[in-house]
Amino acid sequence: MERLFVYIFGKKKREAGTQRAKTRVFSWVRSNFASALTGNRLVWYIEKHQNNDGKQRGAPSRFAAEEELTMGMTMTQKILAKHANLPSVQAGDLIEARLDLVLGNDITSPVAIKEFERAGFSKVFDKDKICIVLDHFTPNKDIKAAKQCAEARAFAQQQEITHFFDVGNMGIEHALLPERGLVAPGEVVIGADSHTCTYGALGAFSTGVGSTDMAAGMAAGVAWFKVPSAIRFELVGKPAPWVSGKDVILHIIGKIGVDGALYQSMEFTGEGVSHLTMDDRFTIANMAIEAGAKNGIFPVDEKTLEYAKGRVERPFDVFEPDEDAHYEQVIIIDLEQIRPTVSLPHLPSNTKTVGEVAGLKIDQAVIGSCTNGRIGDLRLAAKLMKGKKVAKGVRCIVIPATQQIYLQAMREGLIEIFIEAGAAVSTPTCGPCIGGHMGVLYEGERAVATTNRNFVGRMGHIESEIYLASPAVAAASP
Amino acid sequence: MSKTGTVFAFGSNVDTDVIIPARYLNTSEPSELAKHCMEDIDKSFVDKVQEGDVIVAGQNFGCGSSREHAPISIRACGVACVIAKSFARIFYRNAINIGLPILESPEAAEEIQEGDKVRVDFDTGIITNETTGKTYQAAPFPAFVTEIIQNGGLLNSLKVRGIAK
Ligand code: SF4
Repeated sequence: MERLFVYIFGKKKREAGTQRAKTRVFSWVRSNFASALTGNRLVWYIEKHQNNDGKQRGAPSRFAAEEELTMGMTMTQKILAKHANLPSVQAGDLIEARLDLVLGNDITSPVAIKEFERAGFSKVFDKDKICIVLDHFTPNKDIKAAKQCAEARAFAQQQEITHFFDVGNMGIEHALLPERGLVAPGEVVIGADSHTCTYGALGAFSTGVGSTDMAAGMAAGVAWFKVPSAIRFELVGKPAPWVSGKDVILHIIGKIGVDGALYQSMEFTGEGVSHLTMDDRFTIANMAIEAGAKNGIFPVDEKTLEYAKGRVERPFDVFEPDEDAHYEQVIIIDLEQIRPTVSLPHLPSNTKTVGEVAGLKIDQAVIGSCTNGRIGDLRLAAKLMKGKKVAKGVRCIVIPATQQIYLQAMREGLIEIFIEAGAAVSTPTCGPCIGGHMGVLYEGERAVATTNRNFVGRMGHIESEIYLASPAVAAASP
Repeated sequence: MSKTGTVFAFGSNVDTDVIIPARYLNTSEPSELAKHCMEDIDKSFVDKVQEGDVIVAGQNFGCGSSREHAPISIRACGVACVIAKSFARIFYRNAINIGLPILESPEAAEEIQEGDKVRVDFDTGIITNETTGKTYQAAPFPAFVTEIIQNGGLLNSLKVRGIAK
């Protein structure tokens, strides 16, 4: 066997035998010498020995950083490497990547704007690559919300932000951006909103950040990242009827827990992907953050390209993981086995199949949000609610995620079905998902919701309860 | 630089909705946010916490939304440092970007109890539990992160480097 020794600045540091051990040593080198690496001035030596006769084979060879970083990359790592102008990256590397889009909403943008201005910046890096969506507490729910929107609006005007979405043309950001073709496969997007990971459905790297990151992104068009390692989810089989992307992701979170993919990428692969609609994929990628992940990402296939057609006009890159990409774990998910799934209070990982919670009394059903307010979701809900009435004592609230979805639902007669069933239908807004308005819960009340979080107090009173479910389950509940 | 404070201990998966409930997000004023820090997990927290105190928590601290209001509210109510077994990733970067020191130390997070007095040395990452006398070494920040902190946060660091107008 070939034995390798790693020398750093001439000193023997570690012995590395197998390829695996070599990988470990290099990741150790990287985490301890990150700045040297980013400066591309790495000095390390690898000496090769022939183990059997103990004879040295050749002089210590010196590798340039580029040559040594030739390990296989995951799809996420490839996208990041390209945007950091590096030949390759590896889990744990700290890099600075170029951004294709920077997103903010009515809650996070004002903080970012304040930071931007306080730091003395005067101009955004590119007015076409910033997107501000007023979706959380809009149409303005109170005076403070009105103030936040006014601040964001003034900034958007002053900076001539191209993609600014106000009441009347806005939608929930994570449904809106893909719909408008603002995200393309292979791009890097940060958003001051945790569910920015939704765009992984398109084969882009997108991740949620805070307002300071948003401010920095707006000013410089770059962001720092620790390159994530990855878990590969191999999807096999075809989901049963009435099983949707929501059931798949709730099932996965139930399996791995709310920190099951902490700091990591969730890369979805396998032939099962082809059975998932784009809406399913958006829902799954959307909730990657509920498993603690940095991002969730899908391969780009015909469905993706079909979706991008007519929406994305600029050229884009399609990335695939290397065959020898390293995954921390491979988890096989048999889509056929997944049953309609719900998350019980107060953690998304607290899952049960719907059969196990049947008969639970509810006060409110919410169909909407960036997770499940898309046209496919509304069609499914309408199919189940057609000709039926919402049970007495239950409030049913349906919120199409964007104006376009709203209009489409209207044209297809879905809105009529909802209203005839006794549901309230609202203009696009995050509303009840974040306990803001349009369906805040009172003490002791229980809701089934197609949203993504069931934390304590998320939809209102801290003594209220949220059951997360798919549109089909939510529509069948009232 | 080091600070000594009293510990407030919390469990795992403390999410940003309990750190600063969404109903208060209609402002980003630190002093306003400070009034409601941890309200949904410990109503009396803001009355008890004093300048320099330390939060100790389990795994995945700060999970949930990306709201920077969470680390801002923690810093604004006087907390000097958060020590946890692990942090949710957005919270981790937000804390660094705004300059709230956070330390990952599973051992310290496991053993330090509510009410203990601890001293945290930010330069070395050494945590001393003065109540029990035990010390812990937290993982030091990578060089890249130290640079951001030394430059006074992410935005200043961009300015120092001259890459934004
Ligand atoms: S719908 Fe809910 S989860 Fe989605 S962006 Fe709005 S508040 Fe966040």
